[in-house]
Amino acid sequence: MPSLKDMRTRINSVRATRKITSAMKLVAGSKLRRAQEHAEAARPFAAKMAAMLANLAAAVKDQGEAPPLLAGTGKDDVHLLVVATADRGLCGAFNSSIVRATRRRIQELKEQGKTVKLVCVGRKGRDMLRREYGDLIVEFVDGIAGKRRIGFADAERIAQKILQLYEAGEFDVATMVFNRFKSAMVQIVTFKQLVPVEPPEAAAAGEGVQAIYEFEPDEERILAELLPRNLAVQIYGALLENAASEQGARMVAMDNATRNAGEMIDRLTLRYNRQRQANITKELIEIVSGAEAV
Amino acid sequence: MAATLTFELVDPERVLASEPVEMVVLPGVEGDFGVLPDHAPLVSLLRPGVIAVYEGTKVTRRIFVAGGFAEVNEQGCVVLAEGAQMVDELDRAAVEQALKDAEEDLADAKEPSEEERARLERAVAIARARLEAVTAKE
Repeated sequence: MPSLKDMRTRINSVRATRKITSAMKLVAGSKLRRAQEHAEAARPFAAKMAAMLANLAAAVKDQGEAPPLLAGTGKDDVHLLVVATADRGLCGAFNSSIVRATRRRIQELKEQGKTVKLVCVGRKGRDMLRREYGDLIVEFVDGIAGKRRIGFADAERIAQKILQLYEAGEFDVATMVFNRFKSAMVQIVTFKQLVPVEPPEAAAAGEGVQAIYEFEPDEERILAELLPRNLAVQIYGALLENAASEQGARMVAMDNATRNAGEMIDRLTLRYNRQRQANITKELIEIVSGAEAV
Repeated sequence: MAATLTFELVDPERVLASEPVEMVVLPGVEGDFGVLPDHAPLVSLLRPGVIAVYEGTKVTRRIFVAGGFAEVNEQGCVVLAEGAQMVDELDRAAVEQALKDAEEDLADAKEPSEEERARLERAVAIARARLEAVTAKE
């Protein structure tokens, strides 16, 4: 039986923990709002670029000469998974659900006899995957999720690395794994194919009949400029979604933790009071029976 | 007011402009071109240079872009820009310094790989265009 003093210490420590978790919840809440705004602000560019790409892809398809980023290498032997996680923990199942989905995908691909390579964005994902698949990790980027604001430059840096690997023939298909932000409560692990680029549906981008565009200088050159940029935009969008998801997950996790701490404090306090009462009763009995004996 | 077209300028992080304008002049890779309402559909690469927004014959805004893409269709003119800045907000001394730095980087690079050289040359071209933009303003 713990002594009364031990129980008091215990209650105080749980109280301190509750303070921390509730502060983290508030911080995550305000960060979430900001992250959502950023994700919102980045959407028009991505949408416009997708529309432009759809037009170009349609134009080039007629000519049958597509650059490798669009057409692929013609094989799909080597798969590159770009795994985006957070740099920090304490956000519920956020990181582990990405890692779990990644593991499953790696297993599937291996069963099909494909080679898998990993690019880890975010420290947590790397730490969790390193033990099992350390030899598959070809690149690691960190220090992105912790920033106040994810810059486009960060996405460009990742895109650059992926492009270098692609040009060196290191992989055939690249897929990004990240959490899509549905709501603060719900994040969906999403696989998005980056390379070869899946041309967005032209009809979805514009309304019905597409105008015949003039291209200056010509389709190939514009496409050659646009595709790498599109890769960066895709990655940027995914990173922003991921950042928002992370804060959402953390907010929910910390909310639960705060509630649990509250319940625990109630339970401990009850036990503490009972114990105290029992002690008093015991002492009283001792005094009374002592007096009777005299 | 004369006929207008919708001009939108977006960079990856935000929308910089979305407004009806009478005319914009864009720095295409094959020369500057003006866009008036009902322009033929066009997609063009942009070089580092200045986008000028016109009202009548007067320039109301000048925006520097380091590159990007422009799309003109019946809905208007959309520019996907990189490194967009208001020309009025450019500081001459800083721009000159940036150009000097870029040129030094290029000169200092010993046996750069082809991509490295292309990257450095591009940085110099952007810095030079920015200086021209500032000079033209004054």
